[in-house]
Amino acid sequence: MSALPPYASPLQRTWFYSFRVICGLIFFFLIFPIMVILPLSFNAQDFFTFTKEMLSLKPEGYSLKHYNDFFTNPDWQQALKNSFLIAPVATLLATTFGTVAAIGLSQSHVPFKPVIMAILISPMIVPLIISAAGMYFFFSSIGLQGTYVGVVLAHAALGTPFVIITVTATLVGFDRSLVRASASLGANPVTTFFKVQMPLIIPGVVSGALFAFITSFDEVVVVLFLGSAGQKTLPWQMFTGLREQISPTILAVASLMVFISIALLTVLELLRRRSERLRGLTPG
Amino acid sequence: MSDTTQDGQVLTTQDGRPLKAALGRALFREKLRAFLLVAPLLIFILITFVAPIIDMLHRSVENSIVEETLPKTVVALQEWDSGSGDVPDEVVFAALYDDMVIAVDEKTHTRLGSRLNYEQSGISSLFRKTGRRIKRMDEGEPLKDQFLAADKKWGDVTTWQVLKQFSPSYTGGYFLNAFDAKLGPEGVELKPADERIYLFLFGRTLFLSTVITLSCLLLGYPIAFLLAALPLRTSNLLMILVLLPFWTSLLVRTSAWKVLLQQQGVINDFLVWINLISDSGRLVMINNQTGTIIAMTHILLPFMILPLYSVMKTISPTYVRAAKSLGANDWTAFWRVYFPQSVPGIGAGAVLVFILSIGYYITPELVGGTSGIFISNRIAYHISSSLNWGLAAALGTLLLVAVLVLFVVYDKIVGIDNVKLG
Repeated sequence: MSALPPYASPLQRTWFYSFRVICGLIFFFLIFPIMVILPLSFNAQDFFTFTKEMLSLKPEGYSLKHYNDFFTNPDWQQALKNSFLIAPVATLLATTFGTVAAIGLSQSHVPFKPVIMAILISPMIVPLIISAAGMYFFFSSIGLQGTYVGVVLAHAALGTPFVIITVTATLVGFDRSLVRASASLGANPVTTFFKVQMPLIIPGVVSGALFAFITSFDEVVVVLFLGSAGQKTLPWQMFTGLREQISPTILAVASLMVFISIALLTVLELLRRRSERLRGLTPG
Repeated sequence: MSDTTQDGQVLTTQDGRPLKAALGRALFREKLRAFLLVAPLLIFILITFVAPIIDMLHRSVENSIVEETLPKTVVALQEWDSGSGDVPDEVVFAALYDDMVIAVDEKTHTRLGSRLNYEQSGISSLFRKTGRRIKRMDEGEPLKDQFLAADKKWGDVTTWQVLKQFSPSYTGGYFLNAFDAKLGPEGVELKPADERIYLFLFGRTLFLSTVITLSCLLLGYPIAFLLAALPLRTSNLLMILVLLPFWTSLLVRTSAWKVLLQQQGVINDFLVWINLISDSGRLVMINNQTGTIIAMTHILLPFMILPLYSVMKTISPTYVRAAKSLGANDWTAFWRVYFPQSVPGIGAGAVLVFILSIGYYITPELVGGTSGIFISNRIAYHISSSLNWGLAAALGTLLLVAVLVLFVVYDKIVGIDNVKLG
C-alpha cells in the first residue's frame, strides 16, 4: 500500500490514486471546519460567512474588531478570568490525588484492585449530563451548588481518570529495582519518591495534568448546572453566545482556543517522544 | 509450599519469628501502604462523584413528599378502596383539613401540588385554591362539603386515586413516566399516543447514535488504514490532522459547524456560487437531524480512528503478502485476511463512539433544533426548566444503565486497563 509496485495494473493504479483522494477528502472534512474559522474571525462585518471584500483580499474586508471586542467586553473578560481561576486549581487537585493513587495502584498487592479501578475511572465513562444531574442534586443539598468550590471539586473529579490512566501507563515502564536501590542507599520513601521516582514519571504526570486541564477548561455541561452567574466560564459564555445572541466574537475566541490546542498538542507530542526515547523504543 | 524444613522444624526469620507470619505481616503492610496511597482519591471520588450518582438513583424512586406533607390523610386513605368509585368519607376529609392547615402554615402545599401535577394535571391549582380557602373553613361543619365547595375536583375519584397511589415513600411512577406509561385503574398502561415522547426520544437517541457510529466507521476506517500503512514519519505528520480536532474545544468545533451549515453560511454560499443550487433553494442543514449527524460525526471521528489505528498497526503486512503470493487478488487479500484482523479495532472504536454519542448534550442542543435532540437534552430540560427532578433522575438512570451495559461490552473487547490516550 505504501508504494505502487511497477507491475501494477491500470485498475490497481486507479484504485491507488482514488483511495488517496478519498483519504484526502476525509482529512479535509476533519480539518476544514477548524481552519475556516481562523480567516472568518477577521471579518470586518458581523457576518458568519466570507464577504466579497474578503474573497477579493481587500484590506478593508478584514479587521481585528472581534478580537477587540473579546478583550474589552466585560462579559468575555469575566469568563476568561473564571476559566483561569477554575481550571488550574481543578488540575492541581486532580493531578495530586491522581498521581499518588496511580503509584498506589501500581504496587504489586492492592486489595480489591478491579473495584477500585472501576470507581476511579467512572467519571470518565458516565455521560456528562448524568454526572451533571447527579452533582446538581447532591451539591444543592449540601450547599455547594452555585459556588466556586463546587465547580472546582466537580472538575477535579472529572479530570482524575485521565491522570490515573497516563501515570499508570508511565509506571508500567518504571523499573522498581531503582526504588530498592535508593532505599538500600539509605533514602527514606519520601526522598526516593521526589529524587528517583518523580523525575522518571514526570512526562506521564504532565500529560495527565494537561488532560485534566483541558477537561476543566473545555467543560461546559457540569458548570452550566453547578455554576451560578459568578462562575461563568469561557465555554459557558460561548454556549450562551451560540444559543442566544449569536455574535462573531465567538469566532475570535474560537480561533484563540485553536492556538491553545495547538500548543497543548505540541507539548504532549514532545513529552511522548521524550518518554519513548527514555524507554529506548524509537529514536525520534 | 511448606513452611517446615525436611526435618520438621518451622522456618523462622533471623530474629526468631516464624517465616510464615513474618511474610504475612510484610504482605499486609504492603497492602496497607498501597491502599493508603489510593485512599485519598478514592474518598474524594466517592464524595464528589459516586455520592451524587447514588443520590440521583435514589431520587428516581424517592417520593416522601406526600407522606411528609399530608401524614394523617395518608393514614386515613389506607382504609379507602380506590377501586370502589366513591369519594372517601368525612374521616379522610377531616384528616386532610388537619394536614392542610399545617401545610399552608409551612407553605409546603404548593410544592406537593406541583409534584402531583406531574401525574395528573390540574392538581397544582387544586392545592393552591384550597390553600387559600382553608382559613375560612369551619371545623364544626361537615368538612367534605366545604372542600367540595372550595373546589369540585375534591369530588373527583381520580384526584384521590392519584393521592393514594403516590402516598408510599417510594414510587415507580417516575420510571413509568420515563417509559411513557402510567398506573391506571387496571394496572400499568401506556399513555395516550399524543403524550408519548420518551420512548420515541430513546429510540431517536439510539438511531442517531447508530447512524453517527456507522458514519464514523465509514470515514475512520480508510484513514486508519492509510495511517497504519504509511511509513512512520509520514503517518506521524498526518496524525496531527486527526489529533488537532481531537484536542480542539468541543465548543469551537460546534461553532465552526454552526458557521458552515447555516443557510447564510459558507457551504450554502459556495454551492450558490458554483450554481449547484439557486439562491432561493439554499439547503437546510442545521437545527435538524442532518446538523446533529454531521457535527457529531466530525467531533467523534478521532475516537474511531485512534483505536482502529492502534489495532491496524499491529497487523503484520506479511499476512497480506502471503495471501497475494498464494494467488489472492487485492480485494480477497483485504477482505479475507486483513479485515478480520482489524475487527477488534472496529469493535473498540464503534462501542466507544456509541457510548460517547448516546450521552451527548451540547452539540445536539446547539445544532439539533427540535428534531435532532437526544434524551440528554430532555434530562437537562427537566432539571432546569420543568423542575421535575424525579423524572430527570429516572431518565438519567435509564441512560446510565444503557451506558454501563455498553461499557461492559467495551471492557470485554478492549479491557479497561488498555485505554490509551493520545
